[in-house]
Amino acid sequence: MSLSIVIEFIINVLSMGSLYALIALGLVIVYGICKLINFAYGEYITAAAYLLVFCAGLSLPWWVAFVLAILGGALIGFLSELIAYRPFRGRSLDALLVTSFGISIILQRVFQVFISPRPKAVNLPAFMSATISLFGITTPLRNIIVIITTAVLLLVLLYIMQKTPLGIAMRAAAENFTTARLMGVNANLVISTAFIISGFLAGFVCLFWVARTGSVEPTLGASPLLIGFIAVVVGGMNSLPGAVVGGYLYALVANVLSLALPTSLLSYRDAIMFVIVICFLVLKPEGLIRGNYQEERVG
Amino acid sequence: MSELKTTSQEEREVILSASDLHVGYGSVLALHGVSLEIKKGELVSICGINGSGKTTIMRTLAGVLKPKSGKITFKGTDITGKKPEQVHKLGVALVPQGREIFPSLTVAENLRIGAFGCYKPAQYQKDLETMFELFPILKERYNQGGGLLSGGEQQMLAIARGLMSNPDLLMLDEPSLGLSPNRVDQIFELIEELKSRGMTILLVEQNAERAASISDRVYLLSNGRVEFSGKAEDMASAIDVASLYMGGKEEVK
Ligand SMILES: Nc1ncnc2c1ncn2[C@@H]1O[C@H](COP(=O)(O)OP(=O)(O)OP(=O)(O)O)[C@@H](O)[C@H]1O
Ligand SMILES: [Mg+2]
Repeated sequence: MSLSIVIEFIINVLSMGSLYALIALGLVIVYGICKLINFAYGEYITAAAYLLVFCAGLSLPWWVAFVLAILGGALIGFLSELIAYRPFRGRSLDALLVTSFGISIILQRVFQVFISPRPKAVNLPAFMSATISLFGITTPLRNIIVIITTAVLLLVLLYIMQKTPLGIAMRAAAENFTTARLMGVNANLVISTAFIISGFLAGFVCLFWVARTGSVEPTLGASPLLIGFIAVVVGGMNSLPGAVVGGYLYALVANVLSLALPTSLLSYRDAIMFVIVICFLVLKPEGLIRGNYQEERVG
Repeated sequence: MSELKTTSQEEREVILSASDLHVGYGSVLALHGVSLEIKKGELVSICGINGSGKTTIMRTLAGVLKPKSGKITFKGTDITGKKPEQVHKLGVALVPQGREIFPSLTVAENLRIGAFGCYKPAQYQKDLETMFELFPILKERYNQGGGLLSGGEQQMLAIARGLMSNPDLLMLDEPSLGLSPNRVDQIFELIEELKSRGMTILLVEQNAERAASISDRVYLLSNGRVEFSGKAEDMASAIDVASLYMGGKEEVK
C-alpha cells in the first residue's frame, strides 16, 4: 500500500468522522439532559440548509450567509423546545418522543408546501468545491475545513462543558436533573442551552452536508439523523465523548468496508453497517462509552 | 447570631411554616395533612418508620413535589408550588437521602454547583475555606471525581455542597445512613457544630433517639400524619406507641 493511499484513507476517515461526530453530538447533548431522542434534529439541519440557500441567493458575503445559517439552526433548536417541548415536559417521555416525531413531520411538510418539494440548488463559494493537493494526494478542500472546524468546535465545547459554570451545571443536570435543580440550577436554562447547542451544531452540519450534496430538499435531514443514531448507538447515548468516538468509528468502519469489499459487494456496505449496529444493540446496548447519566425522566 | 442564642425559644421568628400539606405520588397520598413549623436557629428533627413520609415532606418543602393542597411559607414568602431552583434561591438547601452527589464531577465542581444560583467570587472563596475547615478531606480530594470518594466522604461532600449556598434552612435527609459508627459520630458532631453557628436545621435520622437528643423539637410521623410534635423528652409520655418509632421495638404494650 503506498503512502498516498494511507494519507487519503486517513483524510477520508477524519473528514467523514468529523461531520458524523458533529451530527451525533447534536443528538446526544439533548438526550443527555432531557433523555429525549429528538427526531426533529434532522429538520434543524434541513431548516438551516434552507436558510443557507436563501442567504446565499442574496448578495451577501459568503461568511455572513454561513453565520446566518448556523444562527438559524440555533434559533430553531431554541424555538422548537420553547414552543413544542416545554408544554409537554411534565408528561411522560413517550409524549415527548411523539412530539418530536410530530415536529419532524410538520417541519418537513412546511418545507414541502412553503418552499418546494423539489431539490433547491445552493450557491456556495468556490472554495467549498475546490480541491487541494496535500502530501501527494488531491482532496476536496472542504474535507480539510471540516476536520479543522470540528476540532475547533470540540475544543470550544470541551471548554464550555469543563470550565464554565453553565457547562458544569449541564453536566450535573445530565447526571441527575432533580438534584441539580435542588442546587439552584435552572431547569429551563440548561434545557434551552442544550437545544441551542444542538441547533448550532445542526447549522455547522448543514454547511458541510450541503457542500457534498449541492442541493437542499425537504427530507435532507433524514440521512444525517440516521447517521447520528448509528454513531450514538455505537459510541453510547449517555456521553458526549461517546458521541464523538461513535462518529469517527462509524467513518472508520465505513471507509474500511469501502476499501475491503469487492466491487460486487460494495452496494451492500450500508447493510453491513446496519448488521454491525444491530450487533452493538444486542451485545453492548450502552455503547462503547457508558457515561454516568441517570436514566431518569425530566419533569 | 449570638443575640439569637440569648433569645428564648418561643420568641424566635418562624422561618418556615407548612400547613395541612397533602402530597401524593400519582393518586396515592403519602402525606395526609401535615403541618409543621421551624423557627430561626432551631434544630428540628422528624422521625418515623420507613415509608412514613419523611423524605416526602423534605422534597415537598424543597419544591420537588407539588402539594395537592396546603401551604408553605418561607421567610414570609408563599413558596407553595414553586420550583426547586426558586426555593433554593430563597435560601432552602436540601441534602437529599442517598447523598446524590454528581459522581463524574470533581469535588470542586460539586461544590461549585452547590453555589450555582448565588455565586459571588469573594463569598465563594470564604465559604470554600469554611468547608475545608469543616471537612479537611474535601481539600485533599478537591480535584478528584466525586464518585471516587467513599460513602462517608460523599456524605461530607453532599453536606458541604448544600452549605455552599449559605442557606437559611438546611434540610438533612438521613445524613448518617449506611455510614460506619465513626462516621456517624462525625456527622452528629457536625450537626451540633452547625447548630452552634446559628444554622437552622431540619433533620431526618434513622438514628431517631440520638437525633432527638440534640434537637430542640421533634415531629413524629406515622403514615403521613403528624402523631406528635414537641420536645423530645415529652414524646414518650405523650404517646403510647412512641417507643415503636423511637427504639424500633417490634411489639407495643
Ligand atoms: N417515587 C415514589 N413513587 C410512589 N410512591 C412513593 C415514591 N416515593 C415514596 N413513595 C411512597 O410514599 C410514602 C412515603 O415515602 P417516603 O420516602 O417519604 O418515606 P420515608 O419516611 O422517607 O422512608 P425512609 O425512612 O425509608 O426513607 C411511602 O409509602 C412510599 O412507598
Ligand atoms: Mg426517606
